[in-house]
Amino acid sequence: MDAQTIIAKRIAHELRDGMLVNLGIGIPTQVANYVPPGIHIFFQSENGLIGTAPVPEEGMVQARLTDAGGMPVGAIPGACTFDSAMSFGLIRGGHVDLTVLGGLQIDVQGRLANWMIPGKMVPGMGGAMDLVSGAKRVVVAMQHSAKGKSKVVKCCTLPFTSARAVDMVVTELAVITFHGGRATLTETAPGVSVQQVLAATEAELVVPPHVPQMQL
Amino acid sequence: MRTTTLEAAVATIPDGASLMIGGFMAVGTPERLMDELVRQRKRDLTVIANDTARPGAGIGKLVTAKLVRKAIVSHIGTNPETQQKMLAGEMDVELIPQGTLIERIRAAGYGLGGILTSTGIGTVVEEGKRKIEVDGREYLLELPLKADFALIQAFLADYLGNLTYVLTARNFNPVIAMAATTVIVDAEHVVPVGMISPDHVMTPAPLVDYLIARP
Repeated sequence: MDAQTIIAKRIAHELRDGMLVNLGIGIPTQVANYVPPGIHIFFQSENGLIGTAPVPEEGMVQARLTDAGGMPVGAIPGACTFDSAMSFGLIRGGHVDLTVLGGLQIDVQGRLANWMIPGKMVPGMGGAMDLVSGAKRVVVAMQHSAKGKSKVVKCCTLPFTSARAVDMVVTELAVITFHGGRATLTETAPGVSVQQVLAATEAELVVPPHVPQMQL
Repeated sequence: MRTTTLEAAVATIPDGASLMIGGFMAVGTPERLMDELVRQRKRDLTVIANDTARPGAGIGKLVTAKLVRKAIVSHIGTNPETQQKMLAGEMDVELIPQGTLIERIRAAGYGLGGILTSTGIGTVVEEGKRKIEVDGREYLLELPLKADFALIQAFLADYLGNLTYVLTARNFNPVIAMAATTVIVDAEHVVPVGMISPDHVMTPAPLVDYLIARP
């Protein structure tokens, strides 16, 4: 199983029946492929849609039904559309139960940097700052390291997305949670030891006596 | 509300004007108005919108044609030309969190002196802004944002100017219709009064100044 699949499958276990969920672009989008059977999730796209569905078959695309990247999507029966003020009211107002976002860095307190690399990449924050500030629960989906360097760091060198700590980060190696301002190793990926996670992580992790394996 | 031609509507926009433009990655952007702005070679525009789309689409056409002096947007990552022009100093870009951007526009249109949001606290977004504590929680004061013109893409417009939008093409359109001095609308379909049910009107007719006639 590749890194992205491990991350997406693990995060799918956080989904509960009836949740309103916003998925960012990249790995987070893949979480929708692993919704546990028998539960209904309302997926929000921040351009103004609840009830996104997979891309329709060729010839059935509606150019004015798109995801937050501007790409055509489908809509499930019961979907609804709305303007951007309501869309961000849903986000900032605490009505979104769970958001899953990509990350560039996350510090030992759970503070996320995911919107720019000064001097290199300035895409803009889009909806990321509102999502991290406003969603009830924030989960970060990212690879553990980039170019051999840990993305779970002591201090972020990149600009923060929000002062609010995220709840959880899921990588291909581990699940780390941030209750009480401390990074705690709560699960390891199948075949990965606690020592391997610690060796790959710059931030100091709290390690409980028993660290279970991720269920995928 | 007056009906007008595409050419005459765009002719009312002077160089240096500020334009709010509907659309999210060009979905819900009035493309005919973008093309006509380029054809009439408007200069030094300030564009307030969600994003600058991509080259060849929506606001991307204005960027390519060098009509934009300043863009006030939440995202430019999909348009490399915007990024190049920003880094080369040919274009100013002010990045604003998307929820804050739409609320600042809404505040202007709804007659509010600003909005309080926790988005941006503890980030570069808070620089130079007033912080206000309410019930023990800290917020940023974000000020209203208005414009000279709003350029709107509707789905249906009736002869009076009542508007509806379709699917995810709604986005910024009904909000910017409240926040600009002059509102110019292009609609996919112009229909007789009464065909849009009162309950389904998303932008009331009195907000619309110009409706562009279909060819």
